[in-house]
Amino acid sequence: MSNFINISRRDFLKTGAVIGGGLVLGFSVPLRYPLAEGTTPSPSFAPNAFIRIGTDNRVTIIVNKSEMGQGVYTSLPMLVAEELECDWSNIRVEPAPVDPAYNHTEWGNAQGTGGSSSVRSTWKQFRKAGATARAMLVKAAADIWNVDEAGCRAEKGYVIHDATKRKLAYGKLVRKAAQMETPQDVPLKEPKDFKIIGRSMKRLDTPEKVNGKGIFGMDAKIAGMLAAVVARPPVFGGKVKSFNADKAKALGGVKEVVQINSGVAVVADHFWQASRGRDALEIIWEEGDNSGFSTAGMREEYARLARTPGAVAKKKGEPEQAIAKAARQIHAEYEVPYLAHAPMEPLNCLVDLRDESCEIWTGTQFQTADRNAAAKVSGLKPEQVKIHTMLLGGGFGRRANPHSDFVAEAVHIAKAIKKPVKVIWTREDDMRGGYYRPMWYDRISAGLDGNGSITAWQHTIVGQSIISGTPFEQVMVKNGIDATSVEGARDIPYDIPNVFVDLHSPKIGVPVLWWRSVGHSHTAFVVESFMDELAHAAGKDPYEFRRALLTNHPRHKAVLELAAQKAGWGTPLPEGRARGIAVHQSFGSFVAQVAEVSVKPSGEVRVHKVVCAIDCGRFVNPDTVEAQMESAIVFGLTAALYGAITFKNGRVEQSNFHDYEMLRMKEMPKVEVYIMPSQESPQGVGEPGVPPVAPAVCNAIFSGTGKRIRRLPIRAEELKRA
Amino acid sequence: MIRLEINGKRHKVEVDPDVPLLWVIREHIGLTGTKYGCGIAQCGACTVLIDGKAQRSCQTPVKNVQGKKITTIEGIPERHPVIKAWIAEDVPQCGYCQSGQIMEAVALLKSNPAPNDADIDHTLSGNICRCGTYQRIRRAIHRASSMMAKGGKR
Repeated sequence: MSNFINISRRDFLKTGAVIGGGLVLGFSVPLRYPLAEGTTPSPSFAPNAFIRIGTDNRVTIIVNKSEMGQGVYTSLPMLVAEELECDWSNIRVEPAPVDPAYNHTEWGNAQGTGGSSSVRSTWKQFRKAGATARAMLVKAAADIWNVDEAGCRAEKGYVIHDATKRKLAYGKLVRKAAQMETPQDVPLKEPKDFKIIGRSMKRLDTPEKVNGKGIFGMDAKIAGMLAAVVARPPVFGGKVKSFNADKAKALGGVKEVVQINSGVAVVADHFWQASRGRDALEIIWEEGDNSGFSTAGMREEYARLARTPGAVAKKKGEPEQAIAKAARQIHAEYEVPYLAHAPMEPLNCLVDLRDESCEIWTGTQFQTADRNAAAKVSGLKPEQVKIHTMLLGGGFGRRANPHSDFVAEAVHIAKAIKKPVKVIWTREDDMRGGYYRPMWYDRISAGLDGNGSITAWQHTIVGQSIISGTPFEQVMVKNGIDATSVEGARDIPYDIPNVFVDLHSPKIGVPVLWWRSVGHSHTAFVVESFMDELAHAAGKDPYEFRRALLTNHPRHKAVLELAAQKAGWGTPLPEGRARGIAVHQSFGSFVAQVAEVSVKPSGEVRVHKVVCAIDCGRFVNPDTVEAQMESAIVFGLTAALYGAITFKNGRVEQSNFHDYEMLRMKEMPKVEVYIMPSQESPQGVGEPGVPPVAPAVCNAIFSGTGKRIRRLPIRAEELKRA
Repeated sequence: MIRLEINGKRHKVEVDPDVPLLWVIREHIGLTGTKYGCGIAQCGACTVLIDGKAQRSCQTPVKNVQGKKITTIEGIPERHPVIKAWIAEDVPQCGYCQSGQIMEAVALLKSNPAPNDADIDHTLSGNICRCGTYQRIRRAIHRASSMMAKGGKR
């Protein structure tokens, strides 16, 4: 039996449900859990696309952001609950279907989750949804009691009339409220009156994540479903020349072997059979143009490009002359590798394709792109495609693919076999499947005057454009500059009179994508490491050196000071330990970190402690902000210490966690997080903690050993003491 | 025919004896709390208890566990101190690895009711969390340990 039951609006009508007189949308509501047979949903009040209140007082918040660990299934309901004045313990969350009502408020016609934008972009929308519903419930009660609604107030799921000491639960008001006109422009609370926003609330998704009942895409099930794995080309851009499936088909459970444009799919009753079937395939590949591709060759080419003029991203003053005239010139070259997102849940997608419909169960960050891709492949209209957003076992950007690779491929297979099918990527498939954080090469120079002040800054960046060839290109690529390639580099906060930044965006056959913190993941490493080099060259303390140049950027300065103070910057450390500092703004937020590091004689780096200060404007759930900083620090450290996807003969050299390592418990530093109180508008939290980690750690290594790390990941052999 | 005892329930499954236990639990028994993460015993997402010991089900042929008691995340009672501690510390983020982390913690506390940080590091380092919840896992294990100690005194 299907684990998923969909109750359409029509079913609500049939069961006698009351439908709000306001905004009624033609969406259907996916339920996470099956209803017991014979039960019907209780009538409900749905004043807008985000709220449904039942006669049982249950408040359902329909969340249009994907939950991938960042806590949106709690923080966004908090926004609603603040204004709705409902009982927090009566709230449940449902993932939104794909519908224009759920489009991202900043992305045009697209529904999706990314860019650390969930709270920022729903801050007004979700509060307004709550306030509007509350106003209707209050009016309903006032009408029932025949009193002035000004004398009524809402609290914890009740409307209360103090003068007559009467109260009615929301559930008792839904029928009445559903008949009413939706009021416009209901005023929102003043922040001083917030009771929920800004307080640590327990995550609503924790219980189902500790008892095995939470359903991720990988866990989705429907009747008659088959399992598929795909043999994809060993080289990006490769194609199937010919294949022999006789041995695969002879194996038990293997149902079909079909060629699709991304490779050869083996379909079986169960995953293991499909996987064994794939092992038995004999495929001759047309490897294409990238078969000679190697990381070594690419590094040389990038280094060469970095010595030629690129597209100008920023020019302030006369940097070239200023450097030429400077008392001292400092030059450095930095590089970072391709990185895989490696979410714990490998990619997967379940498709049920029928003549008139296509239903998809997957963990996606980009519902609209995936729906449109599925429509294109299946030949159906986008409205005929229904996407069930499941829990995401990590996203980090990989599940927001404008090219919809894992969804489109699954629909191709479903179309070929005409049966419901779940495509499962093995860890190896996931790691070798591309859409990496690009490899970057940076050449950077600065001039210092006789006092050790920076007079000029020149930065050349080489790396693939993520945005080119996506629907975002028109908005985000201007004059040959992909905004994400230079973010954090062309907008350095330091007070430097002459600045020049240029960019090369070579076309390489490796698919690239945004990876938690996108361009900032490399620019912060380069800028903040180089600032450290300049501080040491000027003979100044790296913290004071930065601080002096941040007079015009008080929020950078404030987090820098907070992190330094909490870390005890300048105070003695145990023998062998050293501190490093970095500050970076991304996704609207300001983060400074101080890392405390030691290096063994073998060159092995141990990060003991990271102190983190963040100013993200107003925050919704401080415990989640803290958790995201812990998470970002682990993510950034993993990349700094281990992360590298490399190529030889066009093939990815890594395959699983033994050769693409993750930070583990025994390497976990003590993390301390300090959140700056702020009245500013809310900004990003999911990504901004990542960028400062690598430079803070590498600056600490320099402080402790005198060795400058200019290439990630950190290599023990570079730090080994004889 | 393979006979299995999972969470105290007996099952008979028609399956190739070499299939990893993980896939039998997920696809044949229908318990999807046990996760696939790497398939090579590197990440611990598939951890289950086999006769009380934490094992990687992705590397355990199903034929090897006949006659043994298998416990999955679904078999850990809601009132178990580890579950309560995980909720109290709000450990999970994406949550995908947490079944494995919890099973590992349950086994650890059974053999070592008062683990120190080094014990936790040693035992839990086989379980990857890409969201980086390690600091909270450590706190939750200490919390569960003290809950169990208090419970024992009563």
